[in-house]
Amino acid sequence: MIQNLPVLIILLPLCAALLSLLLTRINRNLSKYVLTLAVLASLVLSVYQLHLVVTEGTIHYTVGNYQTPYGIELVIDSLNALILVVIEIISFMTVLFAENFGVKRKVVQGGARALIGLLITGLLGMTSTGDVFNLYVFLEITSLSAYCLIALGGSRGVVAAYKYMLVGTVAATFYLLGVGILYSATGTLNMADMKDILSQGVYDDVMLVSMSFLTIAFGIKMALFPFHGWQPSAYAHAEPGTRPLITGVMSKVPALAMFRFFYMIYGTDFKYMKLLLVIIGILSCLGMIYGSVFAMMQKDIRKILAYSSVAQIGYISLGFAIGTPIALAGAFLHMMGHAFMKGGLFFCTGAIRYKYGTSDINDFGRIYKQMPLTCGLLTVAALSMIGIPPTAGFFSKWYLASGAAENHQWIYIAVLVLSSLLNAVYFFRLIEKVFIQKSAGLKERWKSEVLELPFTIILPIVVCFVAILGIGIFNVKIIDILLMTLEGVGL
Amino acid sequence: MMDFMAVDLRPLYAVLVTMCAAGLIYVLGEHVKPNVREGITLLAAVLNIIVVYSLIPVALEEQVLDAAIRLDVFEIVKGVSFAFKVDSAGMVFACVASTLWLLTSIYSIGYMRGHGEQNQTGYFAAFAMCVSATMGICFAANLITFFIFYEVLTVSTYPLVVHYRDKEGVKSGRKYLAYTLISGQIMFAGIVIVYAVAGTMEFTPGGFLTEEMLPMPWALIVFFMMVGAGIVKAGVMPLHSWLPSAMVAPTPVSALLHAVAVVKAGAFCTFRVVLYVFGPALAKDCHGADILAWMAVATIILSSFIAMRKSNLKARLAYSTVGQLSYIILGICILTPYSTAGALYHIVAHAFMKITLFMAAGAIFVTTHKKDITEMVGIGRKMPYTMMAFSAASIGVAGFPFFVGFVSKANIIMGAIQMGKGFFVATLIASALLAIAYLMPVCLIAFKKNVVNPEFEEKGDAAPAMLIPLIITAIISIVLGIAPNAGLHLFDLAVMAGNSIFTPLM
Repeated sequence: MIQNLPVLIILLPLCAALLSLLLTRINRNLSKYVLTLAVLASLVLSVYQLHLVVTEGTIHYTVGNYQTPYGIELVIDSLNALILVVIEIISFMTVLFAENFGVKRKVVQGGARALIGLLITGLLGMTSTGDVFNLYVFLEITSLSAYCLIALGGSRGVVAAYKYMLVGTVAATFYLLGVGILYSATGTLNMADMKDILSQGVYDDVMLVSMSFLTIAFGIKMALFPFHGWQPSAYAHAEPGTRPLITGVMSKVPALAMFRFFYMIYGTDFKYMKLLLVIIGILSCLGMIYGSVFAMMQKDIRKILAYSSVAQIGYISLGFAIGTPIALAGAFLHMMGHAFMKGGLFFCTGAIRYKYGTSDINDFGRIYKQMPLTCGLLTVAALSMIGIPPTAGFFSKWYLASGAAENHQWIYIAVLVLSSLLNAVYFFRLIEKVFIQKSAGLKERWKSEVLELPFTIILPIVVCFVAILGIGIFNVKIIDILLMTLEGVGL
Repeated sequence: MMDFMAVDLRPLYAVLVTMCAAGLIYVLGEHVKPNVREGITLLAAVLNIIVVYSLIPVALEEQVLDAAIRLDVFEIVKGVSFAFKVDSAGMVFACVASTLWLLTSIYSIGYMRGHGEQNQTGYFAAFAMCVSATMGICFAANLITFFIFYEVLTVSTYPLVVHYRDKEGVKSGRKYLAYTLISGQIMFAGIVIVYAVAGTMEFTPGGFLTEEMLPMPWALIVFFMMVGAGIVKAGVMPLHSWLPSAMVAPTPVSALLHAVAVVKAGAFCTFRVVLYVFGPALAKDCHGADILAWMAVATIILSSFIAMRKSNLKARLAYSTVGQLSYIILGICILTPYSTAGALYHIVAHAFMKITLFMAAGAIFVTTHKKDITEMVGIGRKMPYTMMAFSAASIGVAGFPFFVGFVSKANIIMGAIQMGKGFFVATLIASALLAIAYLMPVCLIAFKKNVVNPEFEEKGDAAPAMLIPLIITAIISIVLGIAPNAGLHLFDLAVMAGNSIFTPLM
């Protein structure tokens, strides 16, 4: 049982997803309970797995006992284990949250649950796998279920999903091309094996070609500027219940995969690494500024948050571009923090929409009186986006800036500062709307004497609130765990 | 992690007491009676005073033996701990802030109720949070701890500035944020650079940076990146314009902003950065201190002239604050033990004097609804005690002997003489005359005999909750003027801080 931990974590949501349609036929609610329990069990296991990895070191698991490099290997190092836990937490909360939204027709309901389960499976798989082709499979599972979930968000969702699908398919193809080129040179698909062969240094040109494909592929998938075209409308119009998962986690996992390719397969000795890092750095800086400027121009809160994600993904890739262990740790801290910040903000907008049915920030006047908890999270998440201590966003920015200072890349520090200030402009505008502007006199759709919202919406909000502050204040614990893996990997 | 039983946790308590009070007020505020809510504020203020005062002996013995309290709570970023330290400089500021919080709280209750203000819960919660952040700023042992509380202070002051939630409030709130956040983020970049070159962030009397770490053009750039955050909050020209705009807030907020927490935190930030990070030697060699001193001199003179032309009483006091804070900055930048002690003591002196003036202005507003000086002819007849306190504080601001303002100014002037800076001495004396020129007319108009506004004939001073605190602060500013060491040994502490910074050099 215990030795099968890495695969169990992926299989539980997968089984729940596959059973979902069938169970919905028996009883409308059965598939809901099964999926919730499966994700919860998977969450518990992933926490235990993190404990195991921290105390005993990296877990290598060969699926079906087919030996590497021929079989599929799952590699859980401290980095993966931590990201897995974050994915599981957001997933679990999204599963609870999503039940308050969405379609009521029986068949579609079962299908929607299946899609959420598959999305979770894909994300977990992409994080755990140690095999480049297996990564592709999980990437496609993630993408296909995401296309459908975005399309479920109404007529505009369909258009957004179609756009995403066109671009996403290009990304998947480019990934496959990149991997194919590497496979033709090395004859292996196992990441560790591939690294050994590539480090001989005779494949530099092949690696350069495949690298350009892979950079674009991951760039599209993580919505890195200028490959982000699909992202704002997809984030804004996705099915409201699953938005936190799509916005909070879905673009982070390709970033992790990108990191794996650049640092763990190519390695820092790669001849064109410096060039690659400079390109990624420039794109990140441009993205951070572009995303914030466009976020300022939006009126719909979902669009604001979507463009802000373009900027925030820039922080993560900037960490990769700086490349010192501390900066990499900062990038992953930001990845985790941002999952809760952006996820949390979408929980908030979902909650506001649930209660009042609006997403226009001009209608948000003084809703803090009716929704103190939601507005509390909104404020903390916004402050974290700006990077005000003691929230998570401040500390990730600290590590990124420290790393840049170590490398004497002063321009990156300047961009970080500028980006924080741009964030402050639109997030304080949001705070102004929520706390200061005159009430728009919205009608409540949901009323209760005790709680401001149903329990399944309150719980994610509280968890995100605690997580943003917790990740901030106790960041050193997380950084220590991350450095266990990153120490040898960075520049 | 540390053993929490074995060490002295008092600095942490000072921060936590007020923070818990802020949380309690925010959560319970709307559900309990206003008296209970204000009870929490007062209880926290009293507890905070007890904690802070009990630390005075520790700070006084700082140099005698290794008695200083240092508290590493936990590792806040890799390699640096979230640490508190009780030292003489921080102690001076902490005493002022905690004492004045109690007095301002009593005054606030009188003011807010007398004026029937909205959103009182948010007001008292944010107020307590500000004080909590100020306590953190006083006791922070390193730059990152300091910066965390500094940003918390910035954010928690924002709700106070936009208290009325009207157009003007929003506008000044934005202005306030623009100034403080931009300078704060630039300071953040400065801290990162300092940590990268020095590998430490611990405040050390006399500084820890050397010229080898930061060669010349860099030293000056980083100096202003770091000091920028301080001088924005301290309102040094040309970065002062948020301060008069923040006047739209209720008067107790202005009192807090202008006399206790925010501007003094800015001055204290400058103090820490110049003397505890850069140190006198590097600050002098990179010319940062000189440039800053001249900025302060310009501010002192210009702000006095602007103050003279303002007929709104609060606006006049705001510009007076801008000028008086630059005394502190100037005192820091002269870089002698005397002027440093004077600068630190001016934090005390100016706090008591200016809060008296602001409280008096607020009391006048609540009692008679007058804002303009020209409307106040003969007001001394209606509110004799308020105006007497106002006059006493005005004389103190001008720096008359036997008032607290004299002690600090005399020390700064002695420092300037020691360094042979004749122009600084002349400025300080000239600004005393200017202060008389802009504050005395108010006192004279108030007690004018002939043309008395008929509505002021009848006696009717401010409500006791407002009157008592402002009389107490006026009395304290006289008592401290006659005996600078009375009660809390604040002058000794300031002198100790000055000596500890400059001993390694002499």
